[in-house]
Amino acid sequence: MERTVLLKSPYVASEGRIIESRFLTKEEKYFKIALKGGKLLDFVPGQFVMVAIPGAGEAPISISSSPSQVGYFEIVVRKVGTFTSAIHMLEEGDMIGIRGPFGSGFPVRMLEGNDMLFIAGGLGIIPLRSLINYVIDNRRDYGKVSILLGCKSPENLLFSDELDEWQQRLDVNLACTVDRAAPDWDGNVGLITSLIPGVTLDSHMTYAIVVGPPVMYKYVLTELVKKEVPESQIYVSFERHMKCGVGHCGHCQMGSLYCCKEGPVFNYAKIKDNIEAL
Amino acid sequence: MEQYLILFKNDFDDFVERLAKIQKLVAPVKRGSKSFAFDEVTAAEDVSLNYIPTILPPKKYFMPQNETIVEYEKKQNKWEAILYSEAITLFGVHTCDLAGIQCLNLVFSDRPNDVHYIIRKKRILIIGLECNDYCDEYATCGLMDNHNANGGYDLLMTELEDRFVIHVNTVDGEELMGKLAMVKPADAESMTMLNKMRNKKREVFQPEIDIERKELKPLFEESFQAEVWDSIHEKCLSCGNCTNVCPTCYCYDVEDEIDLDFNKGKMVRKWDSCQSRPFAMISGGENFRPERGGRQRHRYMRKFNYPFEKYNRYFCTGCGRCSRTCMAKINLKETIETLIEEKK
Repeated sequence: MERTVLLKSPYVASEGRIIESRFLTKEEKYFKIALKGGKLLDFVPGQFVMVAIPGAGEAPISISSSPSQVGYFEIVVRKVGTFTSAIHMLEEGDMIGIRGPFGSGFPVRMLEGNDMLFIAGGLGIIPLRSLINYVIDNRRDYGKVSILLGCKSPENLLFSDELDEWQQRLDVNLACTVDRAAPDWDGNVGLITSLIPGVTLDSHMTYAIVVGPPVMYKYVLTELVKKEVPESQIYVSFERHMKCGVGHCGHCQMGSLYCCKEGPVFNYAKIKDNIEAL
Repeated sequence: MEQYLILFKNDFDDFVERLAKIQKLVAPVKRGSKSFAFDEVTAAEDVSLNYIPTILPPKKYFMPQNETIVEYEKKQNKWEAILYSEAITLFGVHTCDLAGIQCLNLVFSDRPNDVHYIIRKKRILIIGLECNDYCDEYATCGLMDNHNANGGYDLLMTELEDRFVIHVNTVDGEELMGKLAMVKPADAESMTMLNKMRNKKREVFQPEIDIERKELKPLFEESFQAEVWDSIHEKCLSCGNCTNVCPTCYCYDVEDEIDLDFNKGKMVRKWDSCQSRPFAMISGGENFRPERGGRQRHRYMRKFNYPFEKYNRYFCTGCGRCSRTCMAKINLKETIETLIEEKK
């Protein structure tokens, strides 16, 4: 057998250095990553990277920062299995492999000039944060901006400093709810769907962006349809098992669509009849 | 100009021996009473010309079961995409398997193309072998229109009485035949024999199921909720044999294998099966295809429905391997027949 080094393989990874890391909660850890030689990770909000840790493998991870922040990008990882346990052990200065960015992102150009309704459940805020901060950084180009956020309990809230900032801005409406809380919590308690009826929106010029756990979509989408948001103005982003990121390995397939390539961002009107999607 | 050659059977031993000397020669060999496999050969006596589809299709030479795609060294921050390949002459590929290779070529040429596959493919010279008659009752190559070759080979051999007629499809094939003195230009007699056989073939190969090929796609498109998936669910053992033996199943896993020094290691691409339970499961535990029936439906949809959006063709070649190998006797012909019944 002849051995050949391939420079153009989709499996070539860039070197990424962790330049900052900290725990956001007990389970979720934040990493700021810079590519070697100041190389730009040219991405749009909603895309993901394949993160490689030699010895532990590779996994798809959403990009959480906005592309308007240059020189680095951010990811947030919940510890759920062997790979994520390995990444939790990494600290500032450690190197990881980065492939990508992969997938389709949110259609930021199409969203311009419209009202934005962001709905994030649980870890959904991690990829959605990329788009929210992109919109805030280009605030003038968009109409009304509303953010609905839900998670299990106050201890699970991610990016609490940033939430405070968003809360204080005059040009952003933020509403937050938790499934359950201790008596000292003075915010909303209830499912994320309970926040939707209270939102006033001009449905025809509103784009709703929904990201959350699989179980959330059905309920949230029903509420949005009740609010008369057109199906073609709703975007969702899905999580699937992935091994390649380039539409070959088959793990992320939902019906005929490869979540890594045609997704992870999908227009609701285009996938609502795909029985493996929702 | 179209070129046909002939090789007399008396010269076949010499032909195989010479081919094996030029570069590694792989051909169908006998493994058991009704089982065959593609393996390296050096002499004609190793080759089974009269064979039913091999246990594994020739895809194992295009995308090996275990394939190193990355080699790394942690301490040096070294990470290289790697290909291990060799020049092979693949002899005796039936027309159904030629179609299978054509499907894989499309998939791995999709952007960003898989250079590992593309380079390996370029190093394989394909000599097809035409089927003059059915291999067994599992084949549906008549329905899928793969009983004749639709390209996909460098050379195609057709066995006719005392000789083989060889169609030269590429310059690589022409060059190889130029090295073999026993191969001669085809004469009028050989061409008459070939045409006679092909005419007979038209009567032999008929759609094995009572449906037109173009009706298969709409049939599957409308069958997501069909009852047949429930009955298949009851039978299927999730063993993954059907996907392993399928010439157009290409799903894979990528595993990290590190040496005991915890420095050097590699990423290995391995065949995977959508029939296994964890295939579509994410680390949080959610499984997007938890039921055996749903996983089988997915396998069928990937052959008869989904490939149309991207490639406008069926990914079932009609080789019959999935039905031949299934321990639970899930049979492709029966599945399609049941769907037709259900639709009525």
